[in-house]
Amino acid sequence: MSVLVALLAIGALALIFGLILGYAAVRFKVKSDPLVDQIDAILPQTQCGQCGYPGCRPYAQAIAEGDEINKCPPGGETTIRHLADLMGVEAKPLDSAHGEEDIKKVAYIREDECIGCTKCIQACPVDAIVGASKQMHTVIVDECTGCDLCVDPCPVDCIDMVPLRPTVSSWRWQLESIAVKNVE
Amino acid sequence: MQSLIEKIRQGSFSDFPGGVYPQQFKELSNQTPISRIPLPEKLYIPVKQHIGVEGQIKVAVGDRVNKGQPLTQSMNPFAVPVHASTSGEITAIREHVSAHPSGLPETTIELTPDGEEHWVELTPMLDYRQHPKSEVLEAICRAGISGLGGAGFPTHIKVTPKKDIEFLIINGVECEPYISADDRLMREHSWQIRQGIDILCHLLNPKYVLIAIEDNKPEAIHAMQVACQENSDYIICSVPTKYPAGGEKQLIQVLTNREVPHNGLPVDVGVVMQNVATCYAVADAIFTGKPLIHRVVTLTGKALRNPGNVWALLGTPIAHLLAQADVDKQQQQKLIMGGPMMGFELVSDQIPVVKITNCLLAPGVKEMPDMGPEQPCIRCSACADACPAELLPQQLFWHAQAKELEKAKDYNLFDCIECGACAYVCPSKIPLVHYYRVAKAEIRTQEEEKQKADKARERFEARKLRLEQEKAEREARHKRASEARKAAMQEDDGGSQARIAATLARAKAKQEDNGAPSDNSDKVAAAIARAKARKAQASSSGNEVQPDANAGQDDKAAKVAAAVARAKAKKQSTQKTTTPEQPDAPEQDDKAAKVAAAVARAKAKKQSAQKTTTPEQPDAPEQDDKAAKVAAAVARAKAKKQSAQKTTTPEQPESPEQDDKAARVAAAVARAKAKKASRAQQQAHEESEQEVQPIAADSEKKRKVAEAIARAKAKKAMKDKNSS
Ligand code: SF4
Ligand code: SF4
Ligand code: SF4
Ligand code: SF4
Repeated sequence: MSVLVALLAIGALALIFGLILGYAAVRFKVKSDPLVDQIDAILPQTQCGQCGYPGCRPYAQAIAEGDEINKCPPGGETTIRHLADLMGVEAKPLDSAHGEEDIKKVAYIREDECIGCTKCIQACPVDAIVGASKQMHTVIVDECTGCDLCVDPCPVDCIDMVPLRPTVSSWRWQLESIAVKNVE
Repeated sequence: MQSLIEKIRQGSFSDFPGGVYPQQFKELSNQTPISRIPLPEKLYIPVKQHIGVEGQIKVAVGDRVNKGQPLTQSMNPFAVPVHASTSGEITAIREHVSAHPSGLPETTIELTPDGEEHWVELTPMLDYRQHPKSEVLEAICRAGISGLGGAGFPTHIKVTPKKDIEFLIINGVECEPYISADDRLMREHSWQIRQGIDILCHLLNPKYVLIAIEDNKPEAIHAMQVACQENSDYIICSVPTKYPAGGEKQLIQVLTNREVPHNGLPVDVGVVMQNVATCYAVADAIFTGKPLIHRVVTLTGKALRNPGNVWALLGTPIAHLLAQADVDKQQQQKLIMGGPMMGFELVSDQIPVVKITNCLLAPGVKEMPDMGPEQPCIRCSACADACPAELLPQQLFWHAQAKELEKAKDYNLFDCIECGACAYVCPSKIPLVHYYRVAKAEIRTQEEEKQKADKARERFEARKLRLEQEKAEREARHKRASEARKAAMQEDDGGSQARIAATLARAKAKQEDNGAPSDNSDKVAAAIARAKARKAQASSSGNEVQPDANAGQDDKAAKVAAAVARAKAKKQSTQKTTTPEQPDAPEQDDKAAKVAAAVARAKAKKQSAQKTTTPEQPDAPEQDDKAAKVAAAVARAKAKKQSAQKTTTPEQPESPEQDDKAARVAAAVARAKAKKASRAQQQAHEESEQEVQPIAADSEKKRKVAEAIARAKAKKAMKDKNSS
């Protein structure tokens, strides 16, 4: 008899807690960031298409569906490492079929050669070029992601990709430059 | 509280964790008074010498400036001006190697002294207590004062805290080996430092002022005690010598036993700290009105035969100072700005003295031998014991080396004050601080890139949205327009179309008028030519001929003209069904061409309508006239082009396809015109004058024929008249 009571009591408790937990799972459901968004947040948003997809987000989608994580040259090693962390896979070197990691560059329009055809504006994915028809165009350096996409459409080849000049604030310490310790 | 003050007064202090005891070497430079040195030949004054933003340059090359005259100006609260350190001429404003470990060039004003030391008009504020605080603050800002201790934070911001201040700590610790600039300053100018402290007290209203000096500077302590004896709230604290006791957080801990929170500021624990040299400069600014144009710099190291402290004008090149200290070039192997622990090696001796330059160290060959290669970490944890910030340097090093920056950050990399204590004790000679600096810079760069990427994503998405919207709008507009057209067609078949056609023709004409500005035309031509070359290559059909330079004349106007001509040709074929040669449709069947075709269609319809109703009266109404003029202009352009090609490039064996086509089109246009002209001439002689302008080579004959006919007709008519 007492065994039966015990079983019933335990069973009832289990049922109650089960219901509470079930309710809590529905009620307090945490809406997690969808994976694609998380991946997209890591990609450098250059929209250059070097990965073989028409932009960063499509590549994020592809990674979420199981594509390799080492196809983004502008992101380079850092991006691959972050992606590896997120996806729980081994980081691997950049797939050189898609290009090499390069120093950071921005587009520069040789303004006196520009004929104002606006083709580059149409090509720029981030609206980093200003200008109007038959007027000289120029690149907003701060907005340019260095994706290269404006270089090809220019009929007069007046767009160059120039390396960003390091400034005192963007300079990274070179290891060799000083010796600190050695006061004996 | 009382007990804390009691403790401080009694000289019993707390301690900070870690710390090291490097040999001091202060006696090298602190034995002689601060000396004055002759003017250098040139001064290089960087426009930015502090943390914050630089101002706009107010002077131009060739300007004469007086000593103390501000050279930059800004409304930004984080900007402090720089001043002319002496009177003279601005000889250049350009990039000059900077007082930064990288030596990267920064905008610098080059001043050639005239030796007259002519001051600007100074406005001292002796009665500063009678002035509102904001005026005093402004005077401090105007004098260009930023922290002289090392960080270079603008002083006027530091002395306007949001919270109540309990302690104003005056930092005269100067814990780094070799440096004795503050030591000498306190010994020689304790009164003026006291005056500076008075001003800061007026601004901050602290409960107590603690003047902290390491106990290895008894003379300085004595001098400050004498200077401050009248004021019981000023407490001189002789703190135990230990490196880095002069660190802001460490000193606060030593004096008040309070810890500045992670990511916090000293003001969070009721403390503001100022360097003694800053106090001196503040007193200078308020009591004499002189801006910050010089500072004490310690010249030391065994490579100097004559070490000591000097008053160096800001902008003095290092080479000049070294010459004053009688440098032994054979001994000197490197140059360090700052002390041996936290300083950095200089890349050039043309680097100028800036506001934060407190020491120049030129060690002798034996003094600082190269450390030799770095060994692997043996996990002795000596570094952790020495770290004043209670970090785990070996872990930081490990992660920084493996570029696991996230983990380094988790180990509070950003709490590291880069004091170098860990590297000092490391038996494996690992330059730990460098790894931290690299890692910190890397993290900052990554964060910046992340922000940029986020911005790029935003812009990209905004653009996508905009393009979609535009497309939708365009479609809607087209739909509406086509409906309107349909309705209009039903309503008024002939007239409205004619009007539309006329409008379009007018628009075309206008476009042609300003289509190819003459000054621009070569550029445009060259550009398009290159584009065509590229396209040809891309298509690589083989049979296509590379367009020559003249093909450039096929610009937009030409394309439009071609389209118009094509349309004209069509009209002809519909009218007479006798078109000898149908011009090929140009490859680029672009919008303009379509529009033109539509125009032509409309015209054809109109004309046929006119013909059916008034076959005897081909006399063109106004619209037709205009359209005809446009066509005539086109034909003229073509003819000109053709003749130009003929004259300029007769050796060209094969005219490119486009030209060929254009020529044919032009011919067709001209023919059509000629025909129309002849018809018109049959009717009215005066109109023929206007119409017979097309002079395309092909149509010349026909035109002549037409003219002849017209002349004959006219003659006949005259004869008729005469005879009647
Ligand atoms: S300006 Fe050129 S390189 Fe820069 S983002 Fe736009 S398309 Fe890319
Ligand atoms: S594509 Fe080249 S020519 Fe055209 S507007 Fe851009 S920069 Fe100027
Ligand atoms: S440099 Fe950084 S890690 Fe090393 S002892 Fe100083 S605070 Fe600690
Ligand atoms: S002191 Fe040097 S060897 Fe010892 S644990 Fe630290 S980094 Fe490693």
